[in-house]
Amino acid sequence: MAVTSLPAKRKPQKQNAWKAYSDWANNHRKWLFAAPAMIFVAILIIFPLGWTLYLSLTDSSGSVRAESEFIGFANYLEVLSDGDRFWPAVARTFIFTSVALLVQMVLGMCIALLLWRPFKGEKWVRVAILLPLVATPVAVGMMWRLIFDPNIGFANQMLGLLGIPAQPWLSGEHTALPTVIFIDIWQWTPMVVIILLAGLTSLSEEPDEAARIDGASAWQRFRFITVPLLMPTIIVAILLRSIDALKTFDLLYATKGRGGGSFNEVETLNIYAYGLSFDYNDYGLSSTVLILFFLIIIAAMWVLTRRRKDVQ
Amino acid sequence: MSVVTPKMLRPGSGADAPGTSTPRRRKPLRSRAYKVFRVVALIAVVAAFLAPLAWMLLASLKTNVDIYDASKTLIFTPTTANYETVLGRNNYFSFVINSFWVAFASTVLSLIIGVPAAYSMSRFAMRRSALVVLMARIIPGVSLLVPWYYVFSNLSLVGGYGVLILSHMFVALPLIVYILMSYYDSMPLELEEAARVDGLTHIGAFLRVTLPLSVGGIATASILAFIFSWNNFMFALVLSGADTKTLPVAIFNFVAYASIDWGGLMAASVVVTIPIMVIALFTQKYIVSGLTAGATKG
Repeated sequence: MAVTSLPAKRKPQKQNAWKAYSDWANNHRKWLFAAPAMIFVAILIIFPLGWTLYLSLTDSSGSVRAESEFIGFANYLEVLSDGDRFWPAVARTFIFTSVALLVQMVLGMCIALLLWRPFKGEKWVRVAILLPLVATPVAVGMMWRLIFDPNIGFANQMLGLLGIPAQPWLSGEHTALPTVIFIDIWQWTPMVVIILLAGLTSLSEEPDEAARIDGASAWQRFRFITVPLLMPTIIVAILLRSIDALKTFDLLYATKGRGGGSFNEVETLNIYAYGLSFDYNDYGLSSTVLILFFLIIIAAMWVLTRRRKDVQ
Repeated sequence: MSVVTPKMLRPGSGADAPGTSTPRRRKPLRSRAYKVFRVVALIAVVAAFLAPLAWMLLASLKTNVDIYDASKTLIFTPTTANYETVLGRNNYFSFVINSFWVAFASTVLSLIIGVPAAYSMSRFAMRRSALVVLMARIIPGVSLLVPWYYVFSNLSLVGGYGVLILSHMFVALPLIVYILMSYYDSMPLELEEAARVDGLTHIGAFLRVTLPLSVGGIATASILAFIFSWNNFMFALVLSGADTKTLPVAIFNFVAYASIDWGGLMAASVVVTIPIMVIALFTQKYIVSGLTAGATKG
């Protein structure tokens, strides 16, 4: 502060108020800088979350303005014993996230290793990989709807050439979920590739060289040197992807619409909660599903961040 | 196993291993096989990612009759009729403006509160405070929409730009804070300290030294925030009105109200995707550094 007071000494009177203000601002800059963003997020989150928690304990429906009664944990009992919609939605959320994540990680790792060492035309390949990732998910959904259309879609034309019978893809009761998982993989594998590639590029070559000289096979070096060194990056990729995969909405709603299709075949927790809120206006139940969903996400994040700390 | 070959068969790596005669004999052959495999694999990867997009583009240039005709998959007479329908009759141009305006305003406003926050959170190691902002990324958007809708409709704000921009800031802000925090984490303190010695206050040093130096990071964060806001669907689906609809919602409604006009739908999808892809082509380096922010440091 000694430095800042020098100019003030030269012009004492007028600058005093400004200097006092400036000193205050500088002394409190930590919170002065951080607070606006934190307050913005906190207001927009804490109030809705508290209200969602409250609604989950009431029978609010029809309109949030309508009279509602406090019914304790009845919604939770109803939701947790609902084997028609809730538990299948939990299962689908879990299947969608874990299958998509697993394939994205394995495929992403393969492609990242493929791109790792420099080659001619590298820049163009990287741009090509970036494009699915930045494409608007709703447009991507529409694009695949055409490709997977049972009658005119390219997918069935290809199967036809190979002599395989046409598939219903997105419109089949049992094929819809695998198909949306495929689309998610197409769109988000590039994200994993880009993250892992950055990790690979930042690795030191020495441990790998040393193991090569000691006669370790390529697989051994990958398994026991590259993967452990890359682990922090792998976990970040899993963390980022699982947050988004659990909450996938755009793709599912764009391809299958309300309720995840007529058999609820792609209805995940997010789609289910959205439908309860905005199609059925059953805010009590919807809030209950959301609170449970939120707990699942927090639990997943907690496990992953703990794992990340262990690795470090 | 093919996955691991790049490391083993790095071109030329066999030649400089002294005294090992066996690899010398074998490696050139296997590394040539690997080179061929790698080229084929790379082409396959690029094709897998680009072919669907090319398919969308081709369909948008076909008449609906041609789309139904399997023999005209690649050879057809291109037409711009779909684009004329979409941009002319369906008034898509106003949705383009809406999308652009909402993404732009939410990015700029998020920068104004996000850049100082990221700086402070990085310099003072405020990890818990940062978590508050990052919650915006973790929490499911649906759980916020009912309360928001209620409050904003009481204030008769639903359907206006204000609410849309506010909700899209929710997408942009955590991205900006996350990316810039890792940017400031790796920015040396020395220059700020030098500025302090030269008589600037802390805030002065931030405004005149740190801020100009972080233009790269701010560009990275802004581009990604803009893209994710442009692509966002759920908030606008609930909170936008007939006049403030953004492109993703407009495309979705395109299907909901009519039997599917595939050509028009694909043209509409191209219209929403092209601006983002053009941005991505020119700012590839920034996008990559934004997506990998915080992923590679220990």
